[in-house]
This record gives sequence, C-alpha cells and structure tokens, in this order.
Amino acid sequence: MTFPKRLAAPDPREKSNVDGLDDIVEEFLVESHENLDQLDTDLVALEQEPDSRERLSSIFRTIHTIKGTSGFLAFNRLEEVTHVGENMLSRLRDGALALTPTRTSVLLQMVDTVRALLASIEATGGEGGVDVAAVVAAISAAMDDEPAVTEPAVAVVADEAPAEAAPAAKAPRKPAAKKAPAAVPSPVAPVAEVSAPVSEIPVVPAPRPEPAVEVADVPDGEAAPAAESGGGQARRAVADSTIRVDVDLLDELMLLVGELVLTRNQIVQYVGRSNDTDLVRASQRLNLIASELQEGVMKTRMQPIDHIWSKLPRVVRDLGLQCGKSVRLEMEGRDTELDKTLLEAVKDPLTHLVRNSVDHGIEAPAARKAAGKPAEGVLTLRARHESGQVVVEVADDGAGIDPHKIGAKAVERGLISVDALARMSPADILQMIFLPGFSTAAAVTNVSGRGVGMDVVKTNIESIGGTIEVESVPGGGTVCRLRIPLTLAIVPALTVECSGDRYAIPQISLQELVSLDAEKAATAVEEVGGAPVYRLRGELLPLVRLTDVLGLASDRHDGHVVIAVLRSEGRRFGLVVDRVINTEEIVVKAVGGQMKAIGLYSGATVLGDGTVALILDVQALARRALRTETTDRQETRESASSAAQAETERQRMLLAAIGGGRRVAIPLDTVTRLEQVRAESVEKVGNREVVQYRGAILPIVRLDRHLGAYGETDREVLEVIVYADHGRSVAIVVEEILDIVDGEAAIRSDIDDLGLLGSAVLGDKVTELLDVRAAILAADPAFYSTPLDSLTAAEGVPASLLEV
Amino acid sequence: MTAGTELSAPAIGGQLATFWLDGDLYGVEVAHVQEVLKSQGLTRVPLAPTAVAGLINLRGQVVTAIELRERLGRPPRPEGTDAVVIVVRLHGEAVSLLVDAIADVVDVDPTDFEAPPDTLDGSARELIRGAFKLQGQLLLALDVQKAVSA
Repeated sequence: MTFPKRLAAPDPREKSNVDGLDDIVEEFLVESHENLDQLDTDLVALEQEPDSRERLSSIFRTIHTIKGTSGFLAFNRLEEVTHVGENMLSRLRDGALALTPTRTSVLLQMVDTVRALLASIEATGGEGGVDVAAVVAAISAAMDDEPAVTEPAVAVVADEAPAEAAPAAKAPRKPAAKKAPAAVPSPVAPVAEVSAPVSEIPVVPAPRPEPAVEVADVPDGEAAPAAESGGGQARRAVADSTIRVDVDLLDELMLLVGELVLTRNQIVQYVGRSNDTDLVRASQRLNLIASELQEGVMKTRMQPIDHIWSKLPRVVRDLGLQCGKSVRLEMEGRDTELDKTLLEAVKDPLTHLVRNSVDHGIEAPAARKAAGKPAEGVLTLRARHESGQVVVEVADDGAGIDPHKIGAKAVERGLISVDALARMSPADILQMIFLPGFSTAAAVTNVSGRGVGMDVVKTNIESIGGTIEVESVPGGGTVCRLRIPLTLAIVPALTVECSGDRYAIPQISLQELVSLDAEKAATAVEEVGGAPVYRLRGELLPLVRLTDVLGLASDRHDGHVVIAVLRSEGRRFGLVVDRVINTEEIVVKAVGGQMKAIGLYSGATVLGDGTVALILDVQALARRALRTETTDRQETRESASSAAQAETERQRMLLAAIGGGRRVAIPLDTVTRLEQVRAESVEKVGNREVVQYRGAILPIVRLDRHLGAYGETDREVLEVIVYADHGRSVAIVVEEILDIVDGEAAIRSDIDDLGLLGSAVLGDKVTELLDVRAAILAADPAFYSTPLDSLTAAEGVPASLLEV
Repeated sequence: MTAGTELSAPAIGGQLATFWLDGDLYGVEVAHVQEVLKSQGLTRVPLAPTAVAGLINLRGQVVTAIELRERLGRPPRPEGTDAVVIVVRLHGEAVSLLVDAIADVVDVDPTDFEAPPDTLDGSARELIRGAFKLQGQLLLALDVQKAVSA
C-alpha cells in the first residue's frame, strides 16, 4: 500500500492529507500516539516510585491495547514488540520482577520502537523496514536479568525511518510542542490571505496554516529537526492535527450556531426590505458566513458512515456461513458523513436490515443457480448525500418481496381491508412490512421472506426524524432505503398557516403540495362514508383538516383548499391547511413537558420574524387523525347495519343459480361486488381454492359444492360474488347470477338444511336463502375472528344477516 | 396547624418579588425570578391545558407562558389590559407567568407568615402556601413549582 498523495505538497484545500489511510488505522494511530506520550511520562515517573502498581497497570494497559489492535490490524512486528513488552510488564506488575534502571531503559526502547513502527505505518501504510529483533532480544534479556544489550536497540530504526526514534527525546513535553506551532501560524496565515477574494477569508483559514506549521516546528524539534520536518508532516496530519473535544461542547456550539442562523434569518428578512446597499451587502455576507459556519460546526460532529459499516462484513460473513449462503458485501460511499448521534441511532436498524437481507433476502446458492443467478449473492450498502439528507441503502440481489403475498398477509392479519388493498399500488403494499403486528409470526418469514421486527427498525429511524421505504423486484432483489436528516438541530421545514397561526411541518415527511381553487375543490374533494378524500392521480388520499385536529376554526372562507401531502408510517394522507407560507430552515427548540404531553408537537421554533411556531409531529398527527377517522367510519357503518337490521323484513336479494336447477338468494347488502374470474386463475393454497384479486389473495367457496348441488365443473369463466367486511374478503362462486329481487322474508319456510337459513318464494320460484355466514366460513374459517378492535362490529354484522 | 406548614414557613422568608393579580398581592421568591417583561406576542397552543396561555420568544428561547389568573381560578383579565410576564427559572428551565402588574421586591419576616385559611379551596389552595401579614395588605406566597406545572 502506498499513498503517493500524501507525499505531495499539502494542498491547502484538502481537508486532510491522510484520506488514503484506513479509518481504523488512523484512529489507532491517533490513539496510540496519545497513549505513548502518556507512557513516556509514566515510565519516567515509575523509576521514581518503582512500586506504584497503579502506574504499572496503566503502562500495561496501554501496551496491551496497542498489542491487541496491532494484532487485529495485522501489524505483526508491532505485535511482536508489544507482546514481549507486555510479558515483562505483567511480571513487573505482579511483582515477579523488580524494576531496575536497565529494565526501564529497555521499556523506553520498546516505546521508541513502537513509535518508529507507528511512524512507518503512518508514512507508508506498512511497517516498513523497522527492525524489531534487537529490542525484542533486549527485553527478553532484561527479563532474564542478563545485562541488557542496550546499544543495538538504539539503532533499530536506522534503516527506513532513520530519525523516527528521535521524537522520544522530546516526547514527554509533547503537549507544549503541539501548542506552539498552532499558535504561531495563525496570525501569520491571515496576513498572507488578506488580499485574497473577500469570500474566502472567513471561510477556510484553517487549512492554510498547515505549511506554516512545518516551518514553525523545525526549531521546536530540538532532538531531530531534520526528521521532524520530513516525516513529521504525515505524522502531524494524524496525531497532532486531531484533538479530542467533549461532545457537550460541540452540542453547545451547535446550539449557538443555531441561534446565529436564526438571527441571520431575521436580519436577512428585515434587510430585504431595506434600500441601503451597504447594509444589504453586509447582510449577504453574514448570510454566507453563517451558512458556512453552520456547515463547519456541523462537520465537527460528522463521522463517516464507515464507522458503523466496518462491523458489518463480519456480520454478513458469520450469518452467511450460518445460513449456508455465500454473500459478498459491497460498500459504496463509505466516507459519507453523518452526525455522530444519528450515526449511533442508525447502527442497530442498519445491522438489522443487513441481517434481514442475508437471512431472508438472498436465496440459498442452489436456488440462486436455479434462478439463473450467480451462486454468490451480493449485498450492497450505499450511502450518499441527497438534498440535505443522507440516503443509506441496503440492497440485495435476492428473491425480492412479492407484494401479493404481503397484501394477502396484511389482509389476513386484519391490518387492512381488501378494498383499501385494492386501491394500493404495489409499492405502497410493500411498505406494509413496516406495520406493527405484521411481522411477529414466524409464518410471515415463510410467506414473505422478510420482516422480523421491521416496525422496530422503522420506529428507530423515525425517532431521529428519518424515513424508511422498501423497493423490491420479485426475483430481482430488494432495496431498503433510509433517509436520515444530516443533523437533528436544524430541520428544513414547510411553514403553513392554520386559523391565523403558523405551524412548521418537517420537510422529511412532506411529499407534495396540492392547491385547489374553490371551483375545483368543490368537486375534487369527495367523501367516502363521511371521510373527505381527494383523488390524487387516481388514488384516494384521505384528508385531515388541521383545524379539526387542533380544534380550531379555519379562517379560510373562499373555498380554496391547500393540501400538504404527507407520508407517515407508509400511509399517505393530505393535511388540509389554510395557507402555505414558506419553506425555511428551522431550529428545533425544546418545549416544556406540558406541550410534549399533548402529543401533537415535536417542538417549537422561532420564525424569521421572531414569532414562535409549533412544529407538528407528523407521525403523531397521522396516528391520531387516521385512527379517529377509521373509528368514525366504523361507527357510521355500524349505524348503517343497525338500520339494515330494522328493515330486515324487506330486503333486496341477489338471486343466483348454483346448478341442478337450484336457486339461492343472498342478501344484497352483504355483496360487495360481482366479478368474473377465469377458471385457470384459480390456485390452490393447501386444500383451499384461492384466486388473486386486486393484489390480494381471495379464498373461494364454490356454492354448488358447499350446498351439495351438482353444477358444471368445466366452465371457463366463473361467476363470483365478492363479500368483504372488516378487511377480509371471500369469493362465492355461483353458476349464474340471475336477478335482484325484493325479498319478502315473511314467506319463508324453515327447511333446515346445511348451509341454508330456509327458503322463500321469490319471483314465483322457491328459492333457498343462503346462510352467508356459513358459506363464508367455509371459504375462510378465520373470517369472523378478526383480531382487531372491529371485533364487536364484526359480530354485529353477521347477526343482522341471520335475521334474513 | 400541621407540622408540615410550620416547617415550610421559614423557607419562604427573605425577599419576595411581588405582583398584582385580580386585586391581590402575590409574591414569589426572588431567587426564582429571572426577569420581568412587558406583554409579549403569544403563540397559542391548541389542545394545551387551559392555563397555558401560549409560547413566547425569549431571545430565541421558546418559553411556555402560564396564565396565572386561569391557574388560580380567577376571572380572565379585563379586555384592554396587557399582562406582565414574569420569567421564572426552575430546574434550569424557564417558564413564564402572566400577571396583572409587577410590584416591589419585599423583605418578609417569617414570623408574619401564616398558613392559608381553612376556608380557601379549589386550585388556589394548592398554589398558595400562605400569607404574610404586611401593613394593611396580605401578601400571598405563591408556590411557583406547582403554579407552573399546569
């Protein structure tokens, strides 16, 4: 491995001249340099108080850490040196050996050698020609209490990095040396820069002093000036150019910058109305600087996503072995940076998604070959910045997810009604894997091949203001896409007005805006059972009026309707607001406990003009609004069915022939739809017949068989009566649909036969009254045991049917 | 008189920042008071408890404003009169109280303190720790902690 880039003169624009170095190695170097400085001090102090177990333990830990990491990173010589050093230290610590000046010397030599090795690693990426045999021998000898061969040890580093041993001489005073160069160049650098274009000054003075540091450093490195200026450059890049900063301090900075951005917004808005060109120019510059500053401070908290990705190859490998699958992990955009807090927050969800992909997404090698794919599956992690967000994708080239199966499962679990399912696009159906309750049973894994705990993943991602979606091509693979905000403190948002107040809606949940003028709104906003909906490109979008949710009265009386199309938890809904004001970056402010308890606001912000605006919690809003809406609708349905109950004496009946000259009557209000289905599309699940219908699986009951009639079996097209209730549907196959008549339930006789309620004379013919409930149960035994809060309603409906 | 009130009585000696509310004089410990502001633009919070008058912008910080009249079960402030905002800081969090008018900072003597009369009831009883018998005027000691936990 070579890094020619770093040998070139440092480009002041370059953010770091060690990008080539593996992040882990870089971290290791920084940490080790710090530890070694401490080690020098410790060793010298140890000579004064040889019995201090505390110091010995500290030294031992340091060497142990370096040894462990070097072994992990396959720096064998480093490991070798530290290993013997550790041996000696452990014996010293345990009191088996006494610390003599000789032993201290060899330990210091070991530290020097370690330093030389680290320098070499930093410079070339490898251990170079640093020889460790001598120092290893010296340590071993010192352990055996032989007079140590100290002389050769000094020469260990002679060959490739000749001067690198030298830093040890000045090492204990390292902190001072570090401070000095940093302080010196800063007044120097700006002088050189003053004549540069204005926009450059405030922004990037930081990288400029770099060359100056080198110069300033030369007189400082008394022991080996030449070496310092040569090899020191790379070294400084890693160890001395990094400092550790308390995250709290960064948070505070972030907060202050947030305030600054806010004030900037206010000033810019105010100045926009002014004619003073100087003021305008100054405010423009302020605008620019504040943005750059915000970006810069944000960057301090940024870490490459590789920090969490680096653990995944192992996960994939182990899991692949466990599942007997061969999986290649590819990563794109590992250097994509993300706020540290957010990084921590996506770690578990991401691991979960990767595990899911290996476990369920990618097929076994045999199945892959059968499908004409290479036996080795490819799992690709991609990260990139996209419009102020970080997009992270977990993509596999596995079997994919079949929306039909997902839809059927969701219907079966009572998570969605067949009607709703029929309206959903395949893409929307896929998102249902994130519904809570969808993924708990093992059976789901068998059917869908996906989905354990996906709702948890989703919750985690949403808790940090992110979103998750899934795309899949059956047979071609699945992509899970996370969209994560760059940072939590500053959020792009849409400000809207409702009843005279302004509210902010985080843009991450916003999909589009629809504005309807009065004329159009009058026809475009329709109602489904009392619930307002809008046809958005052919799909029904449930509408939620913000005024209703907040218990306010709209002050928009001109009939215009403004809809913010929002997406939450895979559901889309339209929030009707009075007006859309603006999009702006808002700084999220915490609100008191009482406000949080309301459960509609995720915080508050101060807008450009200084007024406070509440930030709407879209998830909570959706949960609240969409749930109340469904219960509302359920209530109307219930009242409708009780009304039907009152009218059972006279009912409209659907007459159908079932073969063998028999006719049955089915109460019309239980019929959802009449369909024709091609006989060859009937499939089998177990010993039940099903048919795919609008993306769902519809269980079938053949009425002729159910009632013991003998119809023709070889029809090409089946007449089907679809019956749906509470998210479930069944199809009842009859021979022919005859008529719809007004049934007179009074003239029925109680011929008690299986599957029948009795018979009546309808249209001058004796007609059997179908026990719809029994017929449905024959098709889907679980039909009425819907495990939802609709249970009570579900029991109410069939009761009314039994009255027929 | 219970031991509890006896114990709490000395704790509210010292300096009280006083203010008027519906004709009565109230006091809160000076130590809690961060600042006093003129009437501020309020952003109402739909669905919030009634005592929450809204949110105010305190130099970029969002602070909840509690309408003390509502909290104490008093009639609303007459039309045309502006409230005064007392910003108090409790456990590091700023909360503001809307009152009628601000009055002096008063040195009170714990020996003048007496627990609220037994006839006092309603929400006021929870919020008023007692009264200091000043010359010609009773100064009601407000329990700030409870007053802001609307």
